[in-house]
Amino acid sequence: MDFAVIYNNLPLYFSGMWITIQLLVLSLVAGLTLAFPLALMASSKNFWLRVLPKTYIYCFRGTPLLVQIFLIYHGLAQFDAVRESFLWIIFREAYWCALIAFALNTAAYTAEILRGSIAQTSAGEIEAGRAYGMSNRILYLRVILPSACRRAIPAYGNEMIFMLHGTALAGVITIVDLFGAAKIVNSRYFVPFESFISAGFFYLCLSFLIITGVKYAERHWLRYLKV
Amino acid sequence: MNLYGYLPLILRGMVLTVEVAVLSLLIAMILGLLGAAAKLSDSRLAQRIAGVYTTLIRGIPDLVLMTLIFFGGQIIINNIGDQLGWDYVDVSPFVAGVLTIGFIFGAYMTETFRGGILAVDHGEIDAGKAFGMSSRQVFFRITMPAMARHALPGFGNNWLVLVKTTALVSVIGLQDMLYNAGLAAGATRKPFTFYLVVALLFLLITAVSDLGLRWLNRRYSVGIRKV
Repeated sequence: MDFAVIYNNLPLYFSGMWITIQLLVLSLVAGLTLAFPLALMASSKNFWLRVLPKTYIYCFRGTPLLVQIFLIYHGLAQFDAVRESFLWIIFREAYWCALIAFALNTAAYTAEILRGSIAQTSAGEIEAGRAYGMSNRILYLRVILPSACRRAIPAYGNEMIFMLHGTALAGVITIVDLFGAAKIVNSRYFVPFESFISAGFFYLCLSFLIITGVKYAERHWLRYLKV
Repeated sequence: MNLYGYLPLILRGMVLTVEVAVLSLLIAMILGLLGAAAKLSDSRLAQRIAGVYTTLIRGIPDLVLMTLIFFGGQIIINNIGDQLGWDYVDVSPFVAGVLTIGFIFGAYMTETFRGGILAVDHGEIDAGKAFGMSSRQVFFRITMPAMARHALPGFGNNWLVLVKTTALVSVIGLQDMLYNAGLAAGATRKPFTFYLVVALLFLLITAVSDLGLRWLNRRYSVGIRKV
């Protein structure tokens, strides 16, 4: 194997990695922001409030991310209304389409994680809050959400890793992310091993970075669970 | 509702999607059992190998692994073939897809099965040994059936993720339903329609699997006291 080719193309890999990191961070932030209202609505006792977010979560978790990307990137162009509106500036760019698809996808998974941890809140904590005369809003802000967010950390760590893997799909729709860079190097020099193994290595580094971060977060916020 | 005559093509792709999913599930289950056995064995080397396997797989995106195996496998097989005097061998995307997905989910199954085996009551295993069963008999007659109940939720989850991952085989040119939908979308200029149909078909597969998993769960929980 000849890794000199990779060495010469390191700038391409690094610029790809930068795009990957951008896509990952932006979609995680947007997804997390969307996930909170979705999770709160999905855990509501009111059927009409819960039905829409639940359907949203079910559809986005039940279909492949690649299909969602294609629906947004290739699919929306089918409608003249979209092509003629100002939104076309966004939807004709692969980058924004990928970002929107990632954000919507991770929002659904994150909302389900949060909904699960909200549902697991022990009845005692809620009763204690009620006994103190907290209103529902205060109860959520001070008791349920803080404790649910802590419990969601391990599962959310997994979701971040899955999202990192998911960003590789951006390379399929012409974006030169880390995977896209590997694809270019492979097609230019025909070095499948070197090109994809290097990409894999960089992804592995990013994964370890996330895992280490999550470990620190768990040590900090879940310390009370350690024996 | 014939989808401009493309419905049969899409459905043929769906059959292929299910085939890929089922075959890779089989490989994943075998690798998962082997991996779990290795992780729980006394051999340091086996533990180390299984550890590297699961860490690598969980750190590298599935798409990168798939392209690596598809393009790289081609070279390896033909290098071996040159030595043995074979003709040029084309690695089919079907084989590459099934092997990669099986290989990836083998790592996830390893963790699921390991957890399941650890959850088996040790008294049951001791009882088997006391009856004079060999360790193989203990594994197949006691540990496996008892583990199935504990591993089932994780197993079901892995299966649902696996089904969605099969969409990636379209990237390496296998004519699954997403690939065929792309063909139909190009010919009719109705990408949204066709990708939406694919999304709905994926939801159908997930919904049917959900029913099946619920049935399995009931079956394996027979005799478990519910509170």
